[in-house]
Order: sequence, then structure tokens, then C-alpha cells
Amino acid sequence: MIDLRTNSLVQLTLWRTREFLREPEAIFWVFAFPVLLAFALGLAFQARGAETVRVAVQRGNGHGDVDAALRAAPNIEPVVLDSGDAQRRLRSGRVAMVVTAGDPVTLRYDSTRAESELARAVVVNALEEAAGRRDVVSIRDVRVRERGARYIDFLIPGLLGLNIMGTGLWGVGFGIVKTRQQRLLKRCIASPMRKSQYLMAQMLARLVFLVLEVTAVIAFGLLVFQVPLRGSVITLTLVVFLGAVTFAGFGLLVASRARTIEGVSGLMNVVMVPMWIGSGVFFAYSHFPDPMQPFLKALPLTALNDALRAVMLDGAAATSLVWMLGNLTLWAIASFVLALRLFRWQ
Amino acid sequence: MNDAAISCSGLVKRYGIVTAVAGLDLDVRRGECFGLLGPNGAGKTTTIEMIQGILAPDEGTIEVLGMNWSTDERALRERIGTQLQETKLPEKLKVEEVVTLFRSFYKHGSQVEEVLETVGLVEKREAFVVNLSGGQRQRLAVACALVCSPDLLFLDEPTTGLDPQARHALWNVVETFRRGGGTTLLTTHYMEEAEQLCDRVAIIDHGKIIALGSPSRLIASLGAEQVVEFALENGTPMPADTMERLPGVQRVTHDDQRTRLTVSTVHATVPALMKFLEDRGAVLSELTTHHATLEDVFLALTGRHLRDD
Ligand SMILES: Nc1ncnc2c1ncn2[C@@H]1O[C@H](COP(=O)(O)OP(=O)(O)O)[C@@H](O)[C@H]1O
Ligand SMILES: [Mg+2]
Repeated sequence: MIDLRTNSLVQLTLWRTREFLREPEAIFWVFAFPVLLAFALGLAFQARGAETVRVAVQRGNGHGDVDAALRAAPNIEPVVLDSGDAQRRLRSGRVAMVVTAGDPVTLRYDSTRAESELARAVVVNALEEAAGRRDVVSIRDVRVRERGARYIDFLIPGLLGLNIMGTGLWGVGFGIVKTRQQRLLKRCIASPMRKSQYLMAQMLARLVFLVLEVTAVIAFGLLVFQVPLRGSVITLTLVVFLGAVTFAGFGLLVASRARTIEGVSGLMNVVMVPMWIGSGVFFAYSHFPDPMQPFLKALPLTALNDALRAVMLDGAAATSLVWMLGNLTLWAIASFVLALRLFRWQ
Repeated sequence: MNDAAISCSGLVKRYGIVTAVAGLDLDVRRGECFGLLGPNGAGKTTTIEMIQGILAPDEGTIEVLGMNWSTDERALRERIGTQLQETKLPEKLKVEEVVTLFRSFYKHGSQVEEVLETVGLVEKREAFVVNLSGGQRQRLAVACALVCSPDLLFLDEPTTGLDPQARHALWNVVETFRRGGGTTLLTTHYMEEAEQLCDRVAIIDHGKIIALGSPSRLIASLGAEQVVEFALENGTPMPADTMERLPGVQRVTHDDQRTRLTVSTVHATVPALMKFLEDRGAVLSELTTHHATLEDVFLALTGRHLRDD
């Protein structure tokens, strides 16, 4: 039986854990923030009907006919404007396109915007229908909304991955740099404390919270939005654990030399921001051009998110996640080795 | 067994073009309280941290409790207790938690309760560090140093910034440790602290020891035990003639508006000084006398004060 009061690994872990629990802001960012974010985004994208397209009709010859034709379509909201106003609204994104009557009818839009293609399709359809087009194929719409295919289903695993990355980097990196800044690291190494135990304690404290934060996000998704958890809890645990260890390694790495909180915050952003965008947290990384795909897939958060989605939504088994788990393992080893080589105790 | 608790020679530490410690030899005996006294930037912290094996010296050798840092680090760390300058203990922890944490680093040591008793923080055991006063925090730092029952205690400016009452409380802790047979190396820029606590003192300036001995020996080296200090009314010129011929005067120094006479017999010197000034039409604005201190020793050696405030 180990005596908790005299075991230094226990005491070092308790130190970190207590500091965290006694910091209300930290609790907020780790637990409340991802849940609030999921809630807000889940509501915003939940049960959205067919989208309404806003278009401007430029005032001029024949604008009345065009306006009437568009108004007759169920999902178009036209507004008649002078040319200057119309252009301005197009630029600021308040209308998806500007329609000018004539022969041919001119559609002015920005093809890099997601809503443009939709706008073009519905506007062309409405104008052709008004001009008397006869449909040659008859079509019936069946709208489905299946658990596991909604945006919130995509989002919850992504937020979980994001949270594991963020708290790993923050929890480990911030704590170490603060301790270094207070010259406590120096004070500790003036004692016989084992350096390996200090670092191990940072990891252990991290894992204590990991259980809580993962449970919070998954339970929230399940209870509020019925986001499924189709895979086994053991596989999920494995994925989460490996992800947490990897990002704790990153936390160690960013903290290995930094002397100030500002310095380490900057480094964390350098590490995290590319993955926020490129690792498929809020939208699928397949939107990026093909040449970038191998790089995006190599990122640890991409691997973590893919694995989380596979387990939660598709019920994947660990054996089908070899590539992602291997990716995380390599990143974990690389970050730890590098961090331990660079680490400065004072 | 070696009689020296600490023995180092030829210590040098450079930071770029600054030489923080410039060839320093030091021997601290077992059981004594030894003080490094010097102004800010003299090299005290650099010296004490090299001796503790936290900083590596550029040159020189260090032996602590008969052992070397390169070969016996682990054994040595078990036996030294330390309080470093400017360490901030974890603010979100409670007093007892902090001491327990540090206790867990050592194989052997005292009970946490015992140490809290020694430093007088028993009532504060449940208090958060963030809510402690400066003096209480310093005593907590010393508790963390004492919790391993060290043979050797290092204190780097333990009372800087404390009020006199808090300072006395800390001095008591150090005296208790010394009575128990422990060896202490402390740094300070307060001459009262050195005089009160230390068996021997090394006065350090610009990274070198410029005087070494017991406080009373150092003061006696001035050749006189009293200091007469005076200032003249604004605008009265200081008489040019030497005052060294006045009875009992050993030394005369001037700085800014003030003149200090180191004297052996105040009762003979003061009347003679009054007559001397009166004869020359000089009007006194201030006259004080005190027992010579280490401050006077430092002043005599360097022409500067220990503290610039
Ligand atoms: N890490 C450092 N980098 C550069 N210069 C330093 C460093 N530490 C101390 N010094 C310089 O070395 C000199 C001695 O410093 P220090 O040992 O802290 O003096 P003391 O403790 O007596 O006030 C000072 O001039 C200080 O500026
Ligand atoms: Mg110092």
C-alpha cells in the first residue's frame, strides 16, 4: 500500500489537479465551453428546412417580369434594387446574386461562395419554369433526416477532438510555463524530486480531467441531440487516450523552452490554428484541394477526428483504425522525444 | 570526517560580458551560520546557486558535506534544504499541502506538523498561499526548506522586503535551526541581519570577497568602534584642515553633505570636534553617533553604501 502523503508522484499529480480545480476559468474552458459551442452550433444547424435564396433584381428594362417569376418560386426571395445598391449587397454577401433582365438574362455571382451554386440552380429553374418549360422527367422529393448524418453528428466528434487537443496543450503547457516563471521548477530541482515524475504527474493530472471532459461532451451530444455512440466504449477509450497522450506531448513540447505565458500562448496558436481549420472540426477537410489532402491527413487532429467519427458514427472497430492510431502514436513519440531533449528546468 | 560543510575555490561565473562571480574562495564550517553580505548585484545569488548545484560554475571547484555535485547529486539533494530568491510557491495550494508536497520529495525528514510548528504557521495550515502575508510566505518557504531535516540550509535573502517584526520571526527560526546543530549559508544585504545571525560573514562586492570574519572582528578591523557623523548648514564650506588629528579619530570619510569620523572615544572626540568647527565658523545642522556596524566596514572598504535606498 502506498502512502499517499509521502508518495511524490501522487503529491505532484495532486498539486496540478488542485490548481486546476481551484481555477474557475479553467473549468469553464474545459467543460462548459465545448458544450456551449456544441449547443449553439447544433441549434443553428438543426432541422433546417430547404434554404431560402436571397437575390437582387437590378432595376431596368423588364425587371418586373423577372421579379414576378422569382417571387413565384417557393424558395427565392427577390428584391428589386438600383444597380449600385445591388452590387453593394452582392459584395457584402447579403444577396447571393444579381439578376439583370434581358436576352440573355445576366446572372452575376461569386463562384467561390458556397451558396452561389444553389442560387444559380434555383434561379435558372424558376426563370425557365415561368417561360413555359415542360419537364421531361417527373420527380418526387423525399426528405430524410437520419441520426448520424446530420451536421451535429459531424460536429460533436470534431468538438471532442478539438477539446482534447486544446486542453492537452493548455493543461500541460500552461501549467509548466507558469511553474517555470514562478521559479518553482528551479526550486523543485534543487530538491531530490525526480524530473521524470514531475512530467509524469502533468500527464496523470491531464488524464483525470480527460475522463470528465470526454464524458461531458459525449453525454451532452447523446442527451440533447441524440448523437449516436455506435462503436464500443473500449475502442473509444483507446482513441481518446491516444489522442490525449499525443497532445499532452505537444503541450510538453511547446512548454519545453518558453519562459513566459505570452510566449507559450503564441506557440500553442501556431500548433493549433492550422488544425482548427484543416483537420475537419467544423467542416470536412475534403473541401481543400487534392494536393493538400496528404498533409491534412498527416495532422494528428485529423487522425483523431477521423477515428472519433468512425467509432461514434460508423461503429468502427479498433482494427479498422490502424492508420489513424498509428499516426497518433508516431506524433506522440516524436513530440515526447523532442520535448525531453529541449526541456529546460530553469 | 571533514570539518568543512562547504568548501569552494576559484569560483567564476560569467554572463556574456558580465562577470557575476569573479574568483571566489569560501569555506563554511559545520554548525556555523555563515552570511554572504553585499549590495544588489554583488553576485550573492549566483554564488549560492552554484554551491547548491543549480548553476554550473565556469571555473572552480565545489565540495558540499564532503561530496561533489558531479558524483553525489542525489545523496546531496537529500541533505540540503533551500529557499531560493524570488520563488513563488503555488498560490492555489494550502499551506499544509505545500509542505506535504515538498516533504514527499525526500526519503527522510520531519513531520509536516512539526515544521509548521517550528515556523509558526500551525494556525495557517488550512490557509491558501495566496492569502498569506509576505512574512508568512517567507516562513512557508523556509518550512519547505526545513521539512527534509537538512544538515545544510541555504537561504537567499530570506527577509528582503519584510517588516521588522516579520524579520525577527524569521531570525528566530534560523536560530532554532542553528541551535539544533545545523549549518546555514545565507545571503543578505541587511547588515543587521548578518550581525544578528551570523557567526562569520563574507562581504562580497563585484563577485569577490573583500572581507571575511566574524561581525565583531570585521568591525574591530576599523580600528575603532564608534562612528560620529555630522552635516553642516547649507552653504557653509567644509573646513579644509584635516580632522584626523582630533583626539580618538581613526578615519575620516566624506560623502555628499555628510562627514563620518570613525573614532575610539566619542567623549573625547565630540568636544574637540565642536571646538574645531566653531573656530572655523562652521555651523552644524546635524550630529549623530552610533556603534560601528558592518555597514561602516563596507563603506570603509568600498566608499559606497550597502543599500541604495
Ligand atoms: N541569468 C543572468 N543573466 C545575465 N546576467 C545575470 C544573470 N543572473 C545574474 N546576472 C548578473 O550577475 C550579477 C550578479 O547577480 P546576482 O548573483 O543575482 O547578485 P545578488 O544576488 O548579489 O544581487 C548582476 O550583475 C546580475 O545582473
Ligand atoms: Mg540575489
